[in-house]
Amino acid sequence: MSATPVDLPVTRSGKGAIEATDVRSVVKRTKRRLTSRGATIASLIIALLWTIPTFGLFVTSLRPQSEVVRTGWWSVFVNWDLTIENYQTVLANDNLLASLVNSVSIALPATVIPLVIAAMAAYAFAWIDFTGKDFLFVGVFALQIVPIQMTLVPLLSLFSRGLYINGYEVFEGFKDAGTYTQVWIAHSIFALPLAIFLLHNFVTEIPREVIEAARVDGAGHGQIFFRIVVPLTVPAIASFAIFQFLWVWNDLLVALIFASGKASPITRTLAELTGEFGQNAYLLPAGAFIAMLIPLLVFFALQRFFVRGLLAGSTKG
Amino acid sequence: MFKDLFEWIGSLPPLAQIPVIILAFLVAIALVLFFVEVAPRPGRGYTVLRLAVAVVVPALLLLGLGSEPWNPNPGWTPVVAIIGAVLGAAMFLLDYRARSGRGYLLQLVAFLAPAFLLLIAGLIYPTIQTIIYAFMNNNSANPQFVGFDNFAWIFSQPQNLVVIRNTVLWVVVTPVISTIAGLAYAVFIDRSRGEKFFKILVFMPMAISFVGASIIWRFVYGYRGEGDQFGILNGLVDFVGGSPVNWLQQVPLNTFLLIVVLIWVQTGFAMVVLSASIKNVPTEQLEAAEIDGTNAWQRFWNVTLPGIRPSLIVVLTTISIASLKVFDIVRTMGTAYPDTSVIANEMVTLLQKFEPGRSSAFAVLLFLLVLPIVIYNARQIKKTREVR
Repeated sequence: MSATPVDLPVTRSGKGAIEATDVRSVVKRTKRRLTSRGATIASLIIALLWTIPTFGLFVTSLRPQSEVVRTGWWSVFVNWDLTIENYQTVLANDNLLASLVNSVSIALPATVIPLVIAAMAAYAFAWIDFTGKDFLFVGVFALQIVPIQMTLVPLLSLFSRGLYINGYEVFEGFKDAGTYTQVWIAHSIFALPLAIFLLHNFVTEIPREVIEAARVDGAGHGQIFFRIVVPLTVPAIASFAIFQFLWVWNDLLVALIFASGKASPITRTLAELTGEFGQNAYLLPAGAFIAMLIPLLVFFALQRFFVRGLLAGSTKG
Repeated sequence: MFKDLFEWIGSLPPLAQIPVIILAFLVAIALVLFFVEVAPRPGRGYTVLRLAVAVVVPALLLLGLGSEPWNPNPGWTPVVAIIGAVLGAAMFLLDYRARSGRGYLLQLVAFLAPAFLLLIAGLIYPTIQTIIYAFMNNNSANPQFVGFDNFAWIFSQPQNLVVIRNTVLWVVVTPVISTIAGLAYAVFIDRSRGEKFFKILVFMPMAISFVGASIIWRFVYGYRGEGDQFGILNGLVDFVGGSPVNWLQQVPLNTFLLIVVLIWVQTGFAMVVLSASIKNVPTEQLEAAEIDGTNAWQRFWNVTLPGIRPSLIVVLTTISIASLKVFDIVRTMGTAYPDTSVIANEMVTLLQKFEPGRSSAFAVLLFLLVLPIVIYNARQIKKTREVR
């Protein structure tokens, strides 16, 4: 049962293990009634419908340019003519390659930074008592739902013009400072509400006795956080890290607004390629597939964590 | 001065910037944690340390945010830094007299300040600012208050009404269909052989970017005037002998076709969450219902469905929010076709046309649409926290 990726959070209490054999026999009996032939066929159809588009792109990416512009991808079933030429062209294209590097350079720091900051805030919300805690926490949650688009104009002008109060300079602005500065900061900010909320759910579940014991032994909040809370929440941190990495890697909006031309990540470069009907359009499938490869690899390698992270945020509401 | 630091980092090769920025950040965090650890300790040395940190850190941060003090342009940064130092000293005094023990307040601030400073600068301040912009004209150099003009403009333009209609369509159709499809799939494959594999197939689109998804769906909806078709939909039409259709040119069908793409992405999310929730429904209840002689459909309707109600609501709200904010799909697939725009896309378009007033008015409209969901969820959280 625990082999499936998605039933992890459910058995956290551990009660399932004791009566596992009992349950299994019951499950088997009910199962026979629940799954019918119609259901099987329906699920196969859904699975097929959901996979065909991706499969089509994959096939297209392997077809020579002359064929792509002439026939549909399904004609490979009668005319088997595949090549990796498109991939070679994409990987030799400086623009696309630079965009891939940009994506990596944006995504890694934009994952680590909000994660650490959010973990600290989550710890404070969970284990330090202060007045107005509940109010602030709900406030942070509500921020999660503010549309990012709503913050773009002011944040952009804050970055480019800085902040002056009564003529005094408080912030000089980050106009053209560094390659990725604005994108890193923007992504970090936008990740915080969800990250704090998710990590808080995990951090509160650490047994009170563990924290108290450390406190009795003379550990302060710094040590408790670093030596106890962080190690115990590694699964949650990992799950959010994957979530955030995928989100940053796949983002277009923030990149469009905050990244300068030379910092343009792969999503933006591909989107620009889609717009123009130039001679490079045939490279889109291969380019898109390479861009997909990294999130898919991350996703397949770590999907246990990824799914758990999703569930922590949603099934508890 | 932070700007100079970032400029230096920016001068490094792209991949080398990763370790530098991450290390610099982690060192700063390590210092904060070290301070938090030793802050509450008794003794004169630690008191001096607390005072020093409370005064110096805000001053340094403000000094760093400004330009070089020896190059005052145009405000004078040290004045701001001195105000920061004074506020820091006040915080130290407050902390010194705190009932919960010395160092308590400083610890709290150290843990929460990074997050809250970023949230205030990046979400709260911009949100307030946007609401103000919404009532200003489009002259960003010298904005004038224009009252509700921008909103009047939105509702007076026929193409904007189409935009609003489309947004409503997205929010109504996407969550309902993704949730139904995801729930059906989760129920059908529940405890079947190869369940994990089936799940991955439908969940995979979640890991693909919207840009990637748009490119994928080009090869579904694609249309070519003459010769063989490259979109599979027209391929099918061809196969049964019909004449190919330029799908994305058909109003209002094209909006629904774009919605299908988001459904394709979100169904996996709904399926995974609901599947876990279904497994959480007590088997005893299902068995009891079975003994009572109910059929599979009745069991699903009367036992499973009430059991997964909380997750169902969460899934619906999450997907609603995602559909309200949908931007990438419309931007990459729809811009070449008529009447496909949504509010989120219109905002960015207006922004790029240097019309911040109108763009902000759309933003406020979007926020008003999201507001009921915010209130509902905030209530839910409060409830669960009270239970705890």
